[in-house]
Amino acid sequence: MTNLFVLQLLNGVQLGVLLFLIAAGLTLVFGIMDVVNLAHGVLYMVGAYLIATFAALTGSFWWGLLLMFPAAIVVGLVLEVLVIRRLYARSHLDQVLATFGLVMIANEAVKIIWGVSPLSVPLPEIFSGSIPLMGPLQYPVYRIAIIAAGLGVALGLYVVVNHTRIGMLLRAGATNRTMVSALGIDIGKLFAIVFTLGGVLACFAGALVAPILSVDTGMGESVLILTFVVVVIGGIGSVKGAFFGAILVAVVDTVGGVFGPIWLRSVLDPSAAGQVGRMLAPMLVYILMAAILFAKPAGLFGGRG
Amino acid sequence: MAEATLSSARPARRPIAGRVRAALILFAIFAALPPVAAAIDDPFLVLIGTRILAYAIAALALDLILGYGAMVSFGHAAYLGFGTYAVAVLSSYGINDIFVQIAAAMGVSALFALITGAISLRTTGVYFIMITLAFGQMAYFFFISLSAYGGDDGYGLSQRSTVLGSDMLENDFTLYYATLIMLIALFWLCHRIVGSRFGRVLTGIRENRVRMEAIGYSPFRYQLTAFVISGCLTAVAGVFLANQAEFVSPAFISWHRSGELIVMVVLGGIGTLTGAIGGAVAVLLLEEVLGSLTEHWKLWFGLFLVLMVLYSPHGITGVFKKLGIGGSAK
Repeated sequence: MTNLFVLQLLNGVQLGVLLFLIAAGLTLVFGIMDVVNLAHGVLYMVGAYLIATFAALTGSFWWGLLLMFPAAIVVGLVLEVLVIRRLYARSHLDQVLATFGLVMIANEAVKIIWGVSPLSVPLPEIFSGSIPLMGPLQYPVYRIAIIAAGLGVALGLYVVVNHTRIGMLLRAGATNRTMVSALGIDIGKLFAIVFTLGGVLACFAGALVAPILSVDTGMGESVLILTFVVVVIGGIGSVKGAFFGAILVAVVDTVGGVFGPIWLRSVLDPSAAGQVGRMLAPMLVYILMAAILFAKPAGLFGGRG
Repeated sequence: MAEATLSSARPARRPIAGRVRAALILFAIFAALPPVAAAIDDPFLVLIGTRILAYAIAALALDLILGYGAMVSFGHAAYLGFGTYAVAVLSSYGINDIFVQIAAAMGVSALFALITGAISLRTTGVYFIMITLAFGQMAYFFFISLSAYGGDDGYGLSQRSTVLGSDMLENDFTLYYATLIMLIALFWLCHRIVGSRFGRVLTGIRENRVRMEAIGYSPFRYQLTAFVISGCLTAVAGVFLANQAEFVSPAFISWHRSGELIVMVVLGGIGTLTGAIGGAVAVLLLEEVLGSLTEHWKLWFGLFLVLMVLYSPHGITGVFKKLGIGGSAK
């Protein structure tokens, strides 16, 4: 039982760091540019398709990952210049509609380019297999590598946001956009950088999970909604909130999904527990969100409502 | 935030009588569709028409809060779900009367709207959009977990709803006209709500929340009431949708559907009830036409949507006006 718990906890943390990579970009784009981007999940999907393509072309996961980054930057910049840039001054409703349109375009375009059948990406050699954790408990090396990579990016983002000039501008932009532009900062350039950075992080997350998930067009959708929940719980514009929100949501989702029915079985008879558990498990994170928002409408680390 | 930008993008108030006339013209066209379909021997038109009418009801209900209350609910497909599954669940227990099904759908929807609305309305702007989206997904996953009703795959209805014991809705024409009558009745109801003191307070909150508070209204209570009404009316659309398709499935109520409902309202011109109906017609016709031309119609629909938002802020109404044929859109 303890082993299962540790296993699910690790799975939760692994999903959490991935969610963080996606949510960080989304929350910065919201917080600084005030843009609702429904197409953010699309970037996660594109990251996975890009690495699948490049890994197949070069025959190596590592080359695939390396080539994914410049391609992701191009995708982010093109999206910003063609559509997102024109939405800064528009209402949230317009932003929702235009980016909703982008989701439809992207999903169909991916189907046209790569076909409807899911792609797979081979695990890199050195990350295959599992390592013993405690007692009989084994955990896949690759999942540990994902956790490490995610934590590494989180640390890097922390340093960039808190200890560099661009990070200072980001924080200032999130607090008071008008003041930053009044101080003579090229806000257009700053926005393009933020959006592209967010896009690259989402693509990176997609590339990381590609070897352990099947790469298909639905993958961006489910993660987008979870990411929204993360951002709302954490507080819009807060990278710290995105981190803690992501871990919290992912752990509740994975641990609750497995242990909810087990706990329910101690109060209900088995068949009823199974029924209720199956119903409640996928709703757990939304119930969590509702509870947190009921107490703190602006999220755990949020300033703006 | 969202409230301010929404209202500034809206054209100046026009006389309501003109819009009602436009609605009457639309209803007349709807009424004439089945005979035309029969004349050109294309019964499929009547089924598409029923679908359009059902979605028009949903768009009308959403416009009540989106257009008049500036509440961008991104989870309205959930109420379509309560409507469609009310038909499926009750019918599996042998309860087929449409009035009972509508009452059940509205009851569940009212409860869900009351709880989620009370939480969502503690926030505004982007938060409201995302929270309603999340609650919509919560309902979606709930319907997927209903394994007794097909889960992911959906559930075929054994029969359509009955009206006071009569199975008249089994006839496609009767179902079409029943849906049309419901649409007209709900249009009249929404029209009355919008024009009532309640509706004016709601519009007042949209325009200037602080001022309405200052003169003694509680925005939260008015907005929540409108939210609940809107949810209940959307559920009615779901009941008719289930009857049209004779099949219910979580796929009907994914967040894409919520997005499409918003698209209908905005394309038709937000804050005009007639526009919501027109928007539903336009969106579904566009889907049908694009769908018949290419397998990848979503690509073109998305492209249309992006271009529409970027270049025509006032929706289809705006395009008509630019072309100088805005007479009927008033």
